[in-house]
Amino acid sequence: MTAATDYTLAELCIVAASKAFENDGEVLATGIGVIPRLAASLAMKTTNPDLMMTDSEAWLLSEPNPLGARGEDFAQANETWMGFSRIFDNVWSGRRHAMLGPTQIDKYGQSNTSALGGTYDKPKVMMLGARGFPGNSISHPNSFFVPSHNTRVFMDGECDFVSSIGYNPGRLPKGHSLEDIDIRLVVTDLCVMDFGGPDHQVRLVSLHPGITAEQVQENTGYPIHIPDEVPTTAAPTEEQLTIIAAMDPHNQRAYQIKDNPAGDPAAGDRS
Amino acid sequence: MDKRMSAADVVAQLRDGMTIGIGGWGPRRKPMALVREILRSDLKDLTIVSYGGADVGMLCAAGKVKKVVFAFVSLDFIPLEPYFRQARQSGAIEVMEVDEGMMLLGLRAAAWGLPFIPTEVGLGTDIVTRNPDIKVIDSPYDDKEWVAMPALKLDVSLIHVDRADARGVCQIAGPDHYMDDWYARAADKTFVSCDELVETEFFRDPAQARLVHWERAATTGVVHIPGGAHPSSCNPLYGFDVPHFKAYAASAKEETGIQGYLDQYLGASEEQYQQNVGGLDAIRSIELPTY
Repeated sequence: MTAATDYTLAELCIVAASKAFENDGEVLATGIGVIPRLAASLAMKTTNPDLMMTDSEAWLLSEPNPLGARGEDFAQANETWMGFSRIFDNVWSGRRHAMLGPTQIDKYGQSNTSALGGTYDKPKVMMLGARGFPGNSISHPNSFFVPSHNTRVFMDGECDFVSSIGYNPGRLPKGHSLEDIDIRLVVTDLCVMDFGGPDHQVRLVSLHPGITAEQVQENTGYPIHIPDEVPTTAAPTEEQLTIIAAMDPHNQRAYQIKDNPAGDPAAGDRS
Repeated sequence: MDKRMSAADVVAQLRDGMTIGIGGWGPRRKPMALVREILRSDLKDLTIVSYGGADVGMLCAAGKVKKVVFAFVSLDFIPLEPYFRQARQSGAIEVMEVDEGMMLLGLRAAAWGLPFIPTEVGLGTDIVTRNPDIKVIDSPYDDKEWVAMPALKLDVSLIHVDRADARGVCQIAGPDHYMDDWYARAADKTFVSCDELVETEFFRDPAQARLVHWERAATTGVVHIPGGAHPSSCNPLYGFDVPHFKAYAASAKEETGIQGYLDQYLGASEEQYQQNVGGLDAIRSIELPTY
């Protein structure tokens, strides 16, 4: 398997994010949004064929669906009904790993999908609501994808509204330990992070080509644990790029990161 | 028992201040014709419990709502419901914000006659700090604390289904019935609009009967309104109306706001509404969405 030289940042992120699902075994992989869904699809097609995925509507599939319009003769590979009520049976069993894109992620790994600014009774910006984040965060592993790594997402202080539980001792429920909380990878347009630093501090795992640790720190509103050696995020292989292209025939991935930049700036601009 | 009635009959049974559950999910299979009949009424101070879409947005914008119990309010392809946003950002409504699964538990508790169902969902989040009505309790069986999700008792539920008979046997043939069975069970009275009214014999076929998700005793009234979910979807009969939702969302940015939207579309009856949106054939020909 040869590493590609010509790939986009979106494709680099898909491959990096797919690693989150590699060692999950037989769980439901839920990737919300184009890049997380393609990451889960890639993992199911390559490193972890035991994964389960839905059609994002009501059926569990034995093969992930390509994104977008699929043509009249396409038949998806249903294996069981998986309506929303049954999703919760799965969530509460813990056999799921979701990758989602919240609006804020604080130093504890708590996230916000609900409201920004103002007061809770009269927020400056009302967003989606807590959705399934509270239940996801306490029931099963979760990862995050952030298409624009900046200090508005990774903000100083605590989230305006805490939609998902994180490694915050001040909010730890009685009888629980911080080890019960399982936040896996945080993949952004700059790097890959996790919460594996001292006392669950956010930690730099790898830097995308051409990005420095200083850049990541400057764009993060709280201190990051930076190991002595930080590898470069692995480039996609040609095989991975072929699978991604087949899963995303309408190239929706080109619209997920601003200006669709090249994955390796030194290799030239593909966009 | 013949449970057939009109949308006006349904609204005549509603009262100011009632707690009303609305079935469906976001822009999918919402009882919009019944919602429109509420918009035409003088009802006010309603508490709405919903996996919300334009049902919640329209009722908020029209001043019908005191409180919303929600986990999200979204039109899917338009992620943020424009009028719900306005209502929240102007502080016009009270809220009980819960997790999607907690709402399911609250409906189940109400359906089963329980005061609450214990869950770990919500612990460590602002769901438990922002909701004085949601208590965290000790367990008699372990040393952990648990969220006691209270029963979401509903005075009335409104649901749209594919087809029903006059006795209230309701079929949802689309891929997901969402939590509609729990909405039906959690309410004192459940009123159902249906795209097709069928004879009871229709359900003799086990394949058809298998798509009936609650028994008729949980259905109070049946209103035959073909296309009654528009502009939401009623998969497999029709998809949601993307251009209509875009026009609806755009109206929130106009000075005339919801009044401009209602003046253009609502009409004095569902017949007028359907004329204003291009007729039933146009509704029935809306393509299903691809996810």
